[in-house]
Amino acid sequence: MRKMLTIISNVLRGSASRNGARLVVSARTYADFTPQASFDIKNCDVHKLEEGPPLQAVLTREEGLQYYRTMQTIRRMELKADQLYKQKIIRGFCHLYDGQEACAVGIEAGIKRSDHLITAYRAHGYTYTRGGTVREIMAELTGRRGGIAKGKGGSMHMYTKHFYGGNGIVGAQVPLGAGVALACKYLGKNELCVCLYGDGAANQGQIFETYNMASLWKLPCIFICENNQYGMGTSVERAAASTDYYKRGDFIPGLRVDGMDVLCVREATKFAAEHCKSGKGPILMELLTYRYHGHSMSDPGVSYRTREEIQEVRSKSDPITLLKDRMLSNNMVSVEELKEIDVEVRKEIEDAAQFATTDPEPPLEELCNHIFYNEPPMKVRGISPWIKLKSVS
Amino acid sequence: MAYLRSILRSGKNAVPAVLRREFHRTLPAAVQQVTVRDAIKEALDEELERDERVFLLGEEVALFEGAYKVTRGLWKKYGDKRIIDTPITEIGFTGIAVGAAMAGLRPVVEYMSFNFSMQSVDHIINSAAKTYYMSGGLQPVSIVFRGPNGAAPGVAAQHAQCFAAWYGHVPGLKVVSPWSAEDAKGLLKSAIRDDNPVVFLENEIMYSVPFEMSEESQSKDFLIPIGKAKIERKGNHVTLVSHSHVVSRCMDAAAVLAKDGIECEVINLRTIRPMDMEAIETSVMKTKHLITVEGGWPQFGVGGEILARIMEGPGFSYLNAPAVRVTGVDIPMPYAKHLEENTLPQIKDIVFSVKKTLNV
Repeated sequence: MRKMLTIISNVLRGSASRNGARLVVSARTYADFTPQASFDIKNCDVHKLEEGPPLQAVLTREEGLQYYRTMQTIRRMELKADQLYKQKIIRGFCHLYDGQEACAVGIEAGIKRSDHLITAYRAHGYTYTRGGTVREIMAELTGRRGGIAKGKGGSMHMYTKHFYGGNGIVGAQVPLGAGVALACKYLGKNELCVCLYGDGAANQGQIFETYNMASLWKLPCIFICENNQYGMGTSVERAAASTDYYKRGDFIPGLRVDGMDVLCVREATKFAAEHCKSGKGPILMELLTYRYHGHSMSDPGVSYRTREEIQEVRSKSDPITLLKDRMLSNNMVSVEELKEIDVEVRKEIEDAAQFATTDPEPPLEELCNHIFYNEPPMKVRGISPWIKLKSVS
Repeated sequence: MAYLRSILRSGKNAVPAVLRREFHRTLPAAVQQVTVRDAIKEALDEELERDERVFLLGEEVALFEGAYKVTRGLWKKYGDKRIIDTPITEIGFTGIAVGAAMAGLRPVVEYMSFNFSMQSVDHIINSAAKTYYMSGGLQPVSIVFRGPNGAAPGVAAQHAQCFAAWYGHVPGLKVVSPWSAEDAKGLLKSAIRDDNPVVFLENEIMYSVPFEMSEESQSKDFLIPIGKAKIERKGNHVTLVSHSHVVSRCMDAAAVLAKDGIECEVINLRTIRPMDMEAIETSVMKTKHLITVEGGWPQFGVGGEILARIMEGPGFSYLNAPAVRVTGVDIPMPYAKHLEENTLPQIKDIVFSVKKTLNV
């Protein structure tokens, strides 16, 4: 029965529109919602590959709701961080991820929690998808003791299990990630490591050194270039002799993916993970995406691009809107249900922000702690010779 | 006897010298003569055997058996998985090693020379040293960076710099600088077993020098604690503090001065960071005179740090003369032999400085 229905729905689908399947009839319904639908997704350009990821993705109602909630949480969290930064409650560097949510959520959907991931400084979204809570993330941004790194790291240095940050030095995270992949292979655990970097970092020498070694040693590594078109204030055309980032791995197979479509990202990631885990070595993905904010909070983001461009992306390609439209037009969810999720997310963010602004800062006695791991307590030189400080592991 | 020891330590390979000169006396069966190179290799071999997570990587460490033959035989014994030849891409393979350490392995990275580590400094400092702190204690990094540091005969400016002060500057790193074979073995084993990033500064001049290794040091669990200096020679008149190959010079100078009735106390630092100031201060309180001796450049060097701490600590009020530093000349290392010799502290320089300090 199910097979027949699928055949019928395939026939009825007609021309490939972005919002995918027109009609799917389900045998069992719950509250009149469609339990799952199949969507057409954009074709990926490939490099040194016979074929790319599938052109269709199946989305279940549960998955859709989860992706929606996660993307919305990241969106709201970043906007709240913007607010707190402007109130000077968050200081220093703050690189916001709004606009790129489909990347973090799609990647996480394509790998397992037991796989590994490392990224650069635009890391709040990944810290969340990799298991950090909004509370701990926001409290880290505000530098409080309840922060995920106890207030010692800040925006760019957040870690969770199988998530290696949050790295401040452009490009450095790529060899680190390949090292994690080496450990995966060495320990024989059938895990892989996702190494993210931006279009700005893509020109770094150490990344090419890493491509070489990862390929030579067949490390289970997915290199992912999040191409949001601008490295700080420099557009890709002004920074790179070749903007085909998915080809820059040369001998490493690559694909170019629509990074605004969470399903496209998910399918590509699954494809890449399959490649890695079958022992074929590394693979490279370029995600075409966009950030609404400037490079960081000190960059208004309009001196090197037009407001019209930002508006156009927001209205035509917003990842959350794309998912929402798909789900609504296929009767997978109701407007009210999504609104309810929005309200819950807003509340979660508010609570987290409240915590992040009221939690005390780490105590001064802990200033010197965590210099070394597994070490007996030791003395640390203070600001003047009379100040004797102590460090505990 | 002391003179004979000093020949051994100053690099002339005179293994049987002791036996030849005093043929009526044989070495106790348990004591062995081991070169620094072999002591390092023994340490690596034992730690590779002990812990599956330990592995070596670097240029030419596997098939070539090490640029200085330190890793000879290890690849044949342990294979490709654990002894990894890397391409000539320092920043890349250092990053990979640090990442592997973050994921739970225990890499030992070899630099063919610490001069090449300058390319990797970002990973040693920003990815390794600072991470445990920045993560609030979530992410330790257990890794050792080792290789020859400082002067080597005839290698000239780009291959002869001493990095003790550079790495010694950084919180989150441990920096070790062994002198003897026992130092090398015990400290390298401790470094590999340490759960933190350790910079292990060897020296090419010392690789071929044999030392007596006590029976205790031949055990597979022989460890020397990081952060403790050793008094190589006791004396009452002046304290000489040194590290790495320059300790040999100090011992030679002490032998020469002993003929004039001046007894030097020679302290082998063994660890640059954390430095054993207690040992230095205790000695200074006894001898009341301090000279630091190093091969590195004078500005912002190891000696500078010791002198500053003596000024700030209890030792200062015991000094009968200003503490001074004997260092390498403040220039890039020249090539011509005569120039090179005059760029590093010689026995005569140490003797001269001691006599100046003691005003004799």
